[in-house]
Amino acid sequence: MRSRNVLTGMLLGAGSLAGTLLFRRRLARRRERVDVYFANGSMLSLARPGEAEPMLRRARRILELAS
Amino acid sequence: MDAAAAIERLREISSQVRAAVIFERGGKIVGSTLADEQRAKGVADEAEALLTEAEQRREAADQPGEFAQLEVALQAGSVFVVRDGDRLIAATTQPEPTVGLVFYDLKSCLRDLQTAPAPKKRAAPKRKPARPPRKTDAKS
Repeated sequence: MRSRNVLTGMLLGAGSLAGTLLFRRRLARRRERVDVYFANGSMLSLARPGEAEPMLRRARRILELAS
Repeated sequence: MDAAAAIERLREISSQVRAAVIFERGGKIVGSTLADEQRAKGVADEAEALLTEAEQRREAADQPGEFAQLEVALQAGSVFVVRDGDRLIAATTQPEPTVGLVFYDLKSCLRDLQTAPAPKKRAAPKRKPARPPRKTDAKS
């Protein structure tokens, strides 16, 4: 009986951990960001509001114009 | 392939691309899915400004290599800019697109534009019907 309770607790813990990870991953994907790729294969990701904002504003304008 | 055909092909192969504008550096529009020319020009101008800012970031970050492509992910959708020489394509998609696939389709579109139209095939010369062998009267 006790071992079953321990097992249930472990399963619940693992499930909530997996759920949290999935939620955080999805949230990170939804964050507004700019990814710039260069010809040599390198990449620059701008996600902080201060550094990405001017480019985000231009992209919003493009979406408006193209809609 | 001309620009209209390349844009048409892009529409066929990519269900994720909502709108696309092909242009040259300097703002000359080559082709577009947008009916309104002013809007297409506006998209090209903003996309070129994005490219300029990306190049400035590269210099600031001291990164070697030329700009190749970029994606701006927004809540309302994504904006892509892909470069091939002096020619660029800017495209918009729905939120959370399959990024690799969209880049591939846009690059293919620019490559389609580069390929010269296939030379017209010459019609094969008409063959003369084979003459039946002359009958020779064997008078012997």
